[in-house]
Amino acid sequence: MNSKWMCASALMLVAACGSEKGSGSAGAAGTTPAASAASGADLTGAGATFPYPIYSKWFSEYATATGVKINYQSIGSGGGIRQLTEKTVDFGASDAPMGDDELAKVSAPVMHFPTVLGAVCITYNLPDVAAPLKLSGPVIAGIYQGTIKKWNAPEIRALNAGVKLPDTDILVVHRSDGSGTTYIFSDYLAAVSPDWAKAPGKGKELQWPVGIGGKGNEGVAGQIKQTPGAIGYVELAYAKQNSLPVASVKNADGQSVAPTVESVTAAAAGVAQHLAPNSDYRVSIVNAPGATAYPISSFTYLLVYTTEPDATKGKKLVDFLRWMYTTGEPEAPALDYAPLPPSLITRLTARLDSIQVGPAHS
Amino acid sequence: MSDVISRAVTPTTSPREPAASHAAATAIAASAGTGGEDVPPSAIQGSAIGDRIYSTLIWAFAVCVPILLALIAIEIFVAGWPALHQFGFKFLTSSAWDPVHGQFGAAPAIYGTLVSSVIALLLATPLAIGVSVFLSEFAPPWLRQPVAFFVDLLAAIPSVVYGLWGIFVLLPVLRLGVMPFLQQTLHLKVIPLFAGPAYGPSMLGAGLILAIMVLPYIASVSREVLIAVPRAQREAALALGATKWEMIWGAVLPFAKSGIIGGIILGLGRALGETMAVTMVIGNRAQISASLFAPGYTMASLIANEFSEASGDLHLSALMAVGFVLFVITIIVNAVARWLVWSVSRGAEGSA
Repeated sequence: MNSKWMCASALMLVAACGSEKGSGSAGAAGTTPAASAASGADLTGAGATFPYPIYSKWFSEYATATGVKINYQSIGSGGGIRQLTEKTVDFGASDAPMGDDELAKVSAPVMHFPTVLGAVCITYNLPDVAAPLKLSGPVIAGIYQGTIKKWNAPEIRALNAGVKLPDTDILVVHRSDGSGTTYIFSDYLAAVSPDWAKAPGKGKELQWPVGIGGKGNEGVAGQIKQTPGAIGYVELAYAKQNSLPVASVKNADGQSVAPTVESVTAAAAGVAQHLAPNSDYRVSIVNAPGATAYPISSFTYLLVYTTEPDATKGKKLVDFLRWMYTTGEPEAPALDYAPLPPSLITRLTARLDSIQVGPAHS
Repeated sequence: MSDVISRAVTPTTSPREPAASHAAATAIAASAGTGGEDVPPSAIQGSAIGDRIYSTLIWAFAVCVPILLALIAIEIFVAGWPALHQFGFKFLTSSAWDPVHGQFGAAPAIYGTLVSSVIALLLATPLAIGVSVFLSEFAPPWLRQPVAFFVDLLAAIPSVVYGLWGIFVLLPVLRLGVMPFLQQTLHLKVIPLFAGPAYGPSMLGAGLILAIMVLPYIASVSREVLIAVPRAQREAALALGATKWEMIWGAVLPFAKSGIIGGIILGLGRALGETMAVTMVIGNRAQISASLFAPGYTMASLIANEFSEASGDLHLSALMAVGFVLFVITIIVNAVARWLVWSVSRGAEGSA
C-alpha cells in the first residue's frame, strides 16, 4: 500500500516537472518584455559585446538626459540575432550584418543601423624590431595560412626595407571563441586573397590552417606578450588601451596605414561615397578605397524592426537613435571607437524616418 | 539514539516507577523510534501520517535526481540530433571542425578531453596518495591540520584563476624551462611524444593545470579513507613484524583501495568537465597530435568557445551533440570506474 502511494506521488512529481518545464520555457519567451517593464527599463536590447562600453555609456547618458531607460545585455552578436528573431527584445545588436537566411527567419523585416566602427589590429612580439611593422593583406593571409613561416621571409622583408627581421618562426595566434573580431579579420583576408576565400573562408569561427587559439582579446594578447615571434589580431580599442605594438597595413590604394580612430572613419567615408541611396547598409567596409583608409575596418549595427510592433516603444527607440547620431556619436573616440563619417550620419538620420511606428497596443 | 529518547521520555511519563518504565520506554523507543507509553492513539496516528509525508517527500527527492538527469540527456540529445543524424558515426571520427563550410567532427575534442584527463590523473594520483599517506601515517599532529587545510584550499580556487596562473606562470615555465630541458638536454626530441615546436600552450600544459585542480579531490578523499582504516589493522601488521613501510603497503593501502579509487573517479569527473582553465592553456586547436607539446582541444572548451556566437542551426546542433558525447563519455567512465571499485572491494574481501 505504502509503495503504491509513493509510486503515484512520484508520477505526479514527474508530471509536475514536465509541465513546469513546458510552461517555464513558454513563460520565459512570453514574459520578457513584462519582466523588463517590471525592472524599470523602457527598452530592452541584446547582442554584440564589442560595442558594449560605448553603448552602456550612451544608455546611461540618455537615461540621465531623457529618463528613458534602456537595458542592454551584451550576450554576443549571435545571441542578439536569436533574441531578435524570437522577438524577446526590442532591438538587437551585431558586429556582422545578418545574412539573408537569418533575415528570412525573422517574421518581420529588420533594418540595420550602423552605430560606430570597429577595426582589427595586427599585433606582434618582436623585441628587437623598434620600427612599426608594415604588412599587406596577402602577406597576412600567407602567415595565417602557414605559407609564410619565418619573420625574415622575402615577402615580409619586401614591405619592411631597412628593418632587421629575425630568422625565427612565426607563431600564429587567433581567437578561439566565436567573435565579430574574427569575422572582420577573415572578411578582410577573404577580400584580398582568393585562396583564403575558398578555405578557411569568412566567419566568426574558422577552421584555422595553423596557429593556436586564445580566448578573447586578452587571451590572444597574453599569448603574444609571452612569446617572442608571435603575431595575432585584436580589436583597435583593446590594442590602444593596452598600448600593444600594431602593424600598419597596406590599403586598397597601396598606402601603409596605421590603425587609428581617424583612419577607420576614413575607411567608412571611402565606402559611403559608393553606397546606393537605398542601401540596407549590410556592406563590408574591409579593403575600403581612400588613401588614408585602414583596411581591416567594419560597422557594428543596431538591429530594429522596420515596423515597430509597439508604438510607444517604437517612438522611444527612434528618438534614441536620433539622439545617438547627433549627441552620442562625437563621444565615441574618447572610448577608442571610430565615429561614423558626417556624410553617413546625415544619411542615416534621414533613414530613421522610414521606421514605421505601428499602432499603440498598450 | 533510542537511549536518548528513552531518557527524555522517562521522567515525564511515569516518574514514580523509574526502573520499570525506563526499560519499557527503551523498548518502545527502540521499536517505534518516537513516542512513549502514555501517548494517546491520535498522536500516534498523527505521527504516522507525518512519517508517511516525510518518506514520500524523501522518495520524491530521490526520484527527482534520475528524472532530472534523464531530462537533461534527452534535451541535449534532441538538440544535437540534426548534427548526429547528418554526420552519423563520422561525427566521432572526423577531425574536420569547419563552421564556415558546415563540416563538424568531434574527434580532436574527444581525444583532447581523454588525453588531458589521463595526464592529469597520472600526475595527480601518486602525489595525492603520497600527501594523504604522509598526513595519516607520518605527519606530526601539529602539521596534519595545516597541510590538510592547504590541500583542501586548492579546491576552493576558482578555475579562471588557475587559468590566469597557467598563462602567466605555468606556460612560460614550460616554454622556457621544461620543454627545452626535455627536448634538448634529455634529447627526447626524437620521441613523438615530445617532438615539435615548444610554444607553451599545449596538451601538457592542460594536463598539468588539471593535475593541480584534481589533486585536492583525490587527496582529501584518500586521507579520510586512510584515517578510517581500523587501528587493529595497523597493529596486527606491526605485531607480525612488519616495518612501517610494509605496514602501510601491505595492510593500510589495500584496505583503503576502493575508497582511494573512488577519490580518483571524483578527480576524473572534475578533469573531464573542466572548461575555463583548460581553455586558457590548451591552445584550442582542433587537431590530434602525438606530441604533448602541441596544442589541442577539449569538448568542454569547444562548447565554451563557440556556443555564444554559434552561426547557424547546424553549428549549434553540432555543439549540442558534442555536449551529448561528453555526457555519454562521462557516464561510461563513471560506470567503468564504479565497476572497478566494486571488483576491487570484492577482491579485497575475498583475500581477507
